[in-house]
Amino acid sequence: MDGVLPAPSFAPMNTLELARLQFGVTTVFHFIFVPMSIGLAAWVAYCQTRYHRSGDEVYLRMTRFWGKFMLLSIAIGVVTGIVQEFQFGMNWSQYSRYVGDIFGAPLAMEGLAAFFLESTFVGLWIFGWNRLSPRVHLATIWLTAFGTVLSAYFILAANSWMQHPVGYTINHVTHRAELKSIFAVLGNSTVLLAFPHTVFGALVTGGMLVLGISAFGLLRGRNTDVFSRSARTVLPLTLVAAIATGAFGHAQGTLMEKQQPMKMAAAEALYTTTKGASLSVFAVGPFERHPKRLNTDIRIPHLLSIIGTASWNGQVKGINQINAEEKAKYGPGDYVPIVGVTYWTFRLMAGAGVLLVLLALLGLLLMRRARLEQARWFQRAAIAGAALPVVANLTGWIFTEMGRQPWVVYGLLKTSQANSPLVGSGSLIITLLGYTLLYGVLLIVGGRLFLREIKHGPESEPVRDDSEEPGGKPGGAPREDLILAY
Amino acid sequence: MHDPNFLQTLWFALIGVLWIGYFVLEGFDFGVGMLIRALGRDETDKRMIIHTIGPVWDGNEVWLLTAGGATFAAFPGWYASLFSGFYLALFLILAALIVRGVSFEFWGKEDSPRWRATWEWTAVVGSLLAALLWGVGWADIVHGVPMNAAHNVTASLWDLLHPYALLGGLTTLSLFLAHGAIFLSLRTRGEIVARARAVALGASVASVVLMGAFLLWTALDQNSGGVKVSQQVVAAGAAGLAAAVPLLLRRARDGWAFGLSAGAIALLFASLFVGLFPNALPASSAHANDLTLVAASSTHYTQTVMTVVAVIFVPIVLLYQGWTYWVFRHRLGRDDFEGTPTPIAVLSSLGREGASAAAHERPLPPPAEPPATA
Ligand code: HDD
Ligand code: HEM
Ligand code: HEM
Repeated sequence: MDGVLPAPSFAPMNTLELARLQFGVTTVFHFIFVPMSIGLAAWVAYCQTRYHRSGDEVYLRMTRFWGKFMLLSIAIGVVTGIVQEFQFGMNWSQYSRYVGDIFGAPLAMEGLAAFFLESTFVGLWIFGWNRLSPRVHLATIWLTAFGTVLSAYFILAANSWMQHPVGYTINHVTHRAELKSIFAVLGNSTVLLAFPHTVFGALVTGGMLVLGISAFGLLRGRNTDVFSRSARTVLPLTLVAAIATGAFGHAQGTLMEKQQPMKMAAAEALYTTTKGASLSVFAVGPFERHPKRLNTDIRIPHLLSIIGTASWNGQVKGINQINAEEKAKYGPGDYVPIVGVTYWTFRLMAGAGVLLVLLALLGLLLMRRARLEQARWFQRAAIAGAALPVVANLTGWIFTEMGRQPWVVYGLLKTSQANSPLVGSGSLIITLLGYTLLYGVLLIVGGRLFLREIKHGPESEPVRDDSEEPGGKPGGAPREDLILAY
Repeated sequence: MHDPNFLQTLWFALIGVLWIGYFVLEGFDFGVGMLIRALGRDETDKRMIIHTIGPVWDGNEVWLLTAGGATFAAFPGWYASLFSGFYLALFLILAALIVRGVSFEFWGKEDSPRWRATWEWTAVVGSLLAALLWGVGWADIVHGVPMNAAHNVTASLWDLLHPYALLGGLTTLSLFLAHGAIFLSLRTRGEIVARARAVALGASVASVVLMGAFLLWTALDQNSGGVKVSQQVVAAGAAGLAAAVPLLLRRARDGWAFGLSAGAIALLFASLFVGLFPNALPASSAHANDLTLVAASSTHYTQTVMTVVAVIFVPIVLLYQGWTYWVFRHRLGRDDFEGTPTPIAVLSSLGREGASAAAHERPLPPPAEPPATA
């Protein structure tokens, strides 16, 4: 994270920068696990449904095996989420006062409608294998998965309001933004695209994790029934999700051209307004306001105009012109985000998206030729490919959030006016180090447990299913219903 | 300043209910967390203890998250002043909650005594710290903190740790410890029940003394805005319930003891909330700087929206959480676990040649039956 921020001097960071860094580190960490939880919960629910329908015990072993990864990811997602819930008050008290009337509502709804659902039913799912009837038990995993998706909707509605504030007025007596229409906030055009983009992205994340781990198992030639079934089932789903992610991402780009033109221009490092703008694919250069030249700049003619305006010669505004317009509108200041960051995060995300589609297509082709289990080169590629969605998720958020700077709420409130005035750098450094240390341990331990589950693989022989006799230990046989518990 | 209107009062009460729900529910899993090592003689005991709260602790914690979210939505000014003002204290609580949350999850995932001991200790310390600091924090809130005219708290972490606040912390610590021990005596069978009851007895006696002193001090505390009769009545109720708990425990009426201990926790916090009203956060420096509910409030429209949402979702949540407790109402005994391979035993049996049967090779009857699917 440090690396992407320019260091103008060796002066120590001020409290604002520390607050940003600390918030960024904790939020990014939370979002490493969130998409895995969302994607895997849906996948585990799917596997268990197939088992429920067919009685084929391979699906049961799949449910139990992938369930372990889901639970690890949810555990870390949950404990890091607790921090998120309080961070706005801790680091951004002026922000909370200014927009709390609007921003607080979706957050509270998330707690009432989504967090209760997911955390209660995941407990029932883990511990309920023998206590609930199979149908009710199946329902608990679906409710968990539904809870994760619902929570994504509310938090993205809150975040989308920061990107594109709607349904509010400014009260000049209380000096804050106040809610006029909750329906406008929940139906914001921005969230209607950000939600499917993020959730399909999460499904890709889960899907690639399943594919990558299965590929690893196939490479080692073990448990081929579970791994090959998993890979074959997840491939088409992942392909669809990857295409959908890209499609909604494209739509977001078009919308962004209207709502946050500066972010779009910064994503493209397009300094001067251009008709029939070409799309830059790879550029290195000083990324200055008036760059003499970009050292290298490979461009595809007209593509940017097509994406941004849906016409061959459409005019795409450049950074310099937008900056002048915003100065006229909002007063003196600099309204340009760090272009090097927006340009590269956007390319990493979209590039990963393209690679993911290609990878899934390839896999599907191999599968149709019945070569999936033999093609070792593809299996290796799939293992590496599991990292792509993680990269895309993180760069996607960094792009979205840093591309909005200097605003925290676009056009309404600047980040520099949003932090907690009396939280000093001492406190911020303590918590920054504290969270980093704590999360570092979580990452190491979580990663180690992840790897161990991968190494051991799923159960290799048919498992008994005791769930037919609720509450009992049939025939004195060992109960395995706690295999996902502690 | 005007008095709070109906919706503001309602939301203050609802946030109070969310906090009370949180402390009554998470209170016992704090207690259970603290007792893992003290009451667990061996691995089976400890596994059983963790399992008593396994299915529910995460759901219990959401009461806190929802209290936080509801405060943000209904009283953004409160959310802002409180959480930025208690910055480091809240960080410590969050760290404790993180640590104990993952402890339960990680404990059984590796087969080494050192590994398990590590996560037992983190669970114990995390639970203990959180139980203590919540009491400290709420004592500080009702007592008031130094605050400027813009409602920004000027206190440092050390300013929050005065004797009154520490007494508040010890009160919640002892209450939650007793609450957790009673919960264990209700959710287990075998010899552990007697041990749990003994701890509960000691802790509940301590909690009566500490809570009595804390409530007395609260009544005398000028900063909380003079004596309010309604507050004293509720406080007296809390003390009365708490005093009955040890008596019931001596007669082995664990169910009743648990109910009254929950009631004592609820009334303790209710009395603090009654005392706080109509303030959200009093300023100990100058009462002109008090943050009132009216000043901290969101708009009527937002509170109306949130009321509709709460009316729909709160009953649903209560219903399914209640049902969870019903599903997991059975007492757990050692025999439940002796016949059940641990996840780690199952895991280490995997990957070995032809050895998924190893899980069945534990001291158990032979697995004679064929795969019983279909
Ligand atoms: C797109 C999805 C998404 C995004 C952008 C965020 N989260 Fe998150 N969060 C989830 C999706 C999610 C989830 C999938 O629902 C989690 C992860 C694992 C889990 O169990 O729930 C979760 C867990 C989680 C929890 C714990 C819930 C529990 O105990 O069950 C809290 C309090 C938050 N989050 C709060 C936040 C806040 C305040 C965010 C804004 C900065 C945030 N999350 C970003
Ligand atoms: C849905 C909720 C949100 C998510 C998922 C989210 C995510 C992110 C991410 C991934 C970053 C990039 C980290 C970095 O650049 O270091 C970031 C940065 C940031 N976010 Fe958000 N954010 C959310 C809401 C908010 C809110 C409510 C605020 C503020 C008050 C906020 C303020 C910031 C700030 C100040 C930065 C630092 C930007 C910079 O360093 O240039 N974000 N956020
Ligand atoms: C061709 C591919 C893609 C395109 C064109 C694209 C486009 C976009 C755009 C324009 C945004 C910014 C929205 C805003 O700031 O308002 C965005 C954000 C984001 N992208 Fe992508 N994206 C692509 C692929 C992916 C993939 C594959 C993933 C994950 C697996 C992903 C994850 C994200 C995330 C998490 C965000 C932040 C949340 C949001 O604003 O929706 N993207 N994407």
